[in-house]
Amino acid sequence: MIEIENVRKSFGPLEVLKGVSMRVEKGEVVTVIGGSGSGKSTLLTCINGLEPIQGGRITVDGTVVHDPKTDLNKLRQKIGIVFQQFNAFPHLTVLENVTLAPRKVLGMSREAADEIAVKQLSHVGLADKLMVYPSRLSGGQQQRMAIARALAMSPDYMLFDEVTSALDPQLVGEVLDTLRLLASEGMTMICVTHEMRFAREVSDRVAFFREGLIHEIGTPAQIFEAPEKPETAAFLKAAH
Amino acid sequence: MFNYTFHWHQALRALPDMLWGALVTIEVAVLSMVLGIAFAVLLAVARMSANRLAYGAATTWIEVARNTPALFQIYMAHFGLGSFGIHLSPWWALLAGITFNNAGYLAETFRGALRAIPPTQTRAARSLGMGPLRAFWSVVMPQMFRISFPPMTNQMVWAILMTSLGLTVGLATDLAGVTQELNVRTFRTFEFFALAAVLYYLIAKAVMLGARLIAWRLFRY
Repeated sequence: MIEIENVRKSFGPLEVLKGVSMRVEKGEVVTVIGGSGSGKSTLLTCINGLEPIQGGRITVDGTVVHDPKTDLNKLRQKIGIVFQQFNAFPHLTVLENVTLAPRKVLGMSREAADEIAVKQLSHVGLADKLMVYPSRLSGGQQQRMAIARALAMSPDYMLFDEVTSALDPQLVGEVLDTLRLLASEGMTMICVTHEMRFAREVSDRVAFFREGLIHEIGTPAQIFEAPEKPETAAFLKAAH
Repeated sequence: MFNYTFHWHQALRALPDMLWGALVTIEVAVLSMVLGIAFAVLLAVARMSANRLAYGAATTWIEVARNTPALFQIYMAHFGLGSFGIHLSPWWALLAGITFNNAGYLAETFRGALRAIPPTQTRAARSLGMGPLRAFWSVVMPQMFRISFPPMTNQMVWAILMTSLGLTVGLATDLAGVTQELNVRTFRTFEFFALAAVLYYLIAKAVMLGARLIAWRLFRY
């Protein structure tokens, strides 16, 4: 379970998160929607400790993320994250991209890591691209590779940070299909997204972010069909 | 004005000795490059760190190495350190001097390359559970070497040519040293140094060719 309690985060004088609280249960899919600069993406990088926070508390399965005593490298092994920019390692083949962390972080043998990587890459539909370098892949393929790379660490949670925002429109579908597949398999996911149809379809709950706060949170039916707050309604109207 | 008779056969007879000297030249250059790269990585990282001591030390090294004659750097390693009772043999002094010089130049090359690698690469590596060292070693450094490869090749050629400065600290076993010994014995200055120059040229060309092969093998992406 991920518990976010009253989290505050600033970049210099700019306060991006102004006291966010949210709880994500095992097996739940939560999507986060909202305008640019509302703090959605920042929240994700706080959850795996890539960014420090200025107030509040985030706990993942009881471990306090920003406690100085927390072994972040250990914690990150169970929280996979996929970024808007795919961040493929350009000097490694697709297979090596996926096996690097299992081998160097988990200490797996090459054979064991290869086996897991091939499984994950097949899962995202890249089984025929193992020996290819990322520069030869389309954006959608690179993003699916990044998803396989995160999954190869067998994480308990997956965070998706606007993973389709940098893709050409015709490539968005293949990545969303991969996310749908994961959701259907019971992966615990937090997805920051601009894809409203996707959010509506896969989410157990949808959180609407506005000005560094969760403005409204509820089931897709509540948020999309009967939003309580006028700002939520206005955002959805503009986003459609 | 031109009543000089060339004595090439004399020079060519000494060719085996000169080739042995060339081997020492290559040995010193390769070692200075390997050590120089290792130091340069540390210097480049130190120069980008927030630690003032590390930054200061690295900056001093880089500034001195790049802005003073290589000859002085080698001199200092031999005679300069000698004044403090640290006696390096000519071979070690030459190696130390060239390593110092290589590290200074390469550090700046590496720093530029590191700037060209997006910080998101490190973020992605860290988010997979890699520690900072592992992320640098497995993700950032290989990309840094690729970007810096052409200037590294130049530095390698420069290192080979710099070894000839070993003459000034009395090194007699490298190509320049052997050539000078032969010259002193025979006074066939033109022949011996022309032949040595051809050998230096061939070694430098071989380095360029080797570098191209390595790059072709290593950088497939």
